[in-house]
Amino acid sequence: MKKDRFEKYLDDRDAYFGRVARLGRRDFITAAGLAAAGAAATGKLLPHSFQPVDVVRADGPSFRFAYISDSHLYEKTLNERFVRAILKAVDDVNAMNPQPDFVLYGGDLAQLGQPGELGEGAQILKALKAKTYMMVGEHDWYLDMGEKWRSLFGKDTYSFDHKGVHFVVLNSVIVEDYWTGPGLTPMQRMQAMAQLDNPNGRPFTVGAAQRDWLGSDLAKVKPETPVIVFSHSPLYKIYKNWNFWTDDAEQVQTILQPFKNVTVIHGHTHQMLSNRIGNIHFHGMLSTAWPWPYAPQGLPKLTVRMNRADPFDEFDGCGDGFVDVLSAGHVDKQYNLWSRNPVKVSAAYLGSDGAADRPATETDVNY
Amino acid sequence: MATKTIRKLLLGAALTAAFLFPVARANDDTSVSLCDGQSVMTIPGLKAGEVLTPERARTVAAEMLQVWSKSAGEERWASWKAEAASARPEPAPVAAPGPQTPPAAAAPGQPTKFTKRDLQLWGREEKKWIEDGYKAYHNAKALGGTIGISCDMCHPDGSNTHPETYPKYQQQLKKVALLRDMINWCIENPLKGKPLAENDPTLRAVEAYILSTRKGVALEAGKH
Repeated sequence: MKKDRFEKYLDDRDAYFGRVARLGRRDFITAAGLAAAGAAATGKLLPHSFQPVDVVRADGPSFRFAYISDSHLYEKTLNERFVRAILKAVDDVNAMNPQPDFVLYGGDLAQLGQPGELGEGAQILKALKAKTYMMVGEHDWYLDMGEKWRSLFGKDTYSFDHKGVHFVVLNSVIVEDYWTGPGLTPMQRMQAMAQLDNPNGRPFTVGAAQRDWLGSDLAKVKPETPVIVFSHSPLYKIYKNWNFWTDDAEQVQTILQPFKNVTVIHGHTHQMLSNRIGNIHFHGMLSTAWPWPYAPQGLPKLTVRMNRADPFDEFDGCGDGFVDVLSAGHVDKQYNLWSRNPVKVSAAYLGSDGAADRPATETDVNY
Repeated sequence: MATKTIRKLLLGAALTAAFLFPVARANDDTSVSLCDGQSVMTIPGLKAGEVLTPERARTVAAEMLQVWSKSAGEERWASWKAEAASARPEPAPVAAPGPQTPPAAAAPGQPTKFTKRDLQLWGREEKKWIEDGYKAYHNAKALGGTIGISCDMCHPDGSNTHPETYPKYQQQLKKVALLRDMINWCIENPLKGKPLAENDPTLRAVEAYILSTRKGVALEAGKH
């Protein structure tokens, strides 16, 4: 009997995971390569180079780290599309030469916080050659309040120093308990948190406990030391309805105020997003899974928007990227958009409030 | 007005027995439950299949009304009466076509056959339709999706669906598309489901939800 389109798709998917399962860690990247090659063969993927363009400048890069974020993995019996995407990102980062000093994973590794989803993600990220730092997102957290995530990756709030820069990783997806009262099951709570446009949701916060921790952590850091903060949600306020928002953002910003050069790198928004508030530069991260539309209000004026994504290209509007930490303290942020030209948002651009080094905007609408 | 309507309804019901549900029969008496699903009364001497005379039906309807208002109906009766008292005729929203009253006479407050209750009823129906669409839009399986992806994952609050720009030439499809064509495209591709028939109630409900998110936005058919 002739198979229909969906049955053929299921066969392809089984065959794909069969190949992934047979490969050892050493060959894992070949699997990712296969995924990319498959997409390229359909003509949907533009070949691109992830290699940076070297720019000679006085305020040169001191070091580079890469990021991958918001992969929203389902268990592989359900969905392979998002698996292909994170493998593509792993492939990108492993192909960087020289290798980045480390990789930040920006949260929402899982879609519904399932142990199988998180375990699958952990296994995929093991294939990264560089050291990986993990951050938690609400999709990882609200099934078991982070139990499985912590057992795989350790603390959700921590700091470390690297080449003279102080890095802080926060859990910025804390919301007040709105599930105990109505008696939601863990899965119902997870699904409520997973719905971006949930009208009954609550705003993200860093919370008093972490703010106290942050204050004491930074007490031993000198004001001239560059500080880079990783948070899943933006540490400022764009649009409350979608939690493109952190409710105690101002209080966190006040704690960061004494430092000369502060950069916040966040996930959750799945798009190019730039902002500056005083001494703090803000950069969003791309998702590997899908792009979000821009929120209907609250977009910072320094944001250079990416074009609306083409739904017919599953990788358009998605991607990964890297961050060049400059010797002066702030960073140049690279968005590696898979089906488009990469876009750099520089420290000079944000530092000059948009007067200098404006990122190239795409005029060719490719959908 | 509400009293009148109920009387008419019950009379009709008594005449045709369409709203009456026989629940028990002893000799030639028929026990019937009313359309509120709770009140029960007996019609003495009514045989199976017998149709009441109009006079008898009027009496029965009046009795039924009493039974009903003595039971669960009391509270709703009062609220309906209050609602009917507060209902004022709405100004006609649009002039009907054809040779009618000159525009000068169409001043605010002009009587119309529609009441606030009519509008409330229509609003409720519309809301239900949109809510059904909202549910399917936010449920990966409701549209036949098979890989856990639902509409809201890429289009929170209906964003980036721009329904007001259809019909338009969808260059990827190489043909002119309507919003429902794109909903079906999404069902088939990102959701990995099977496209729905044009008259499928779920498809129509999702279309209604998406359109409702852009209420008041100007139509720009053919916009890219």
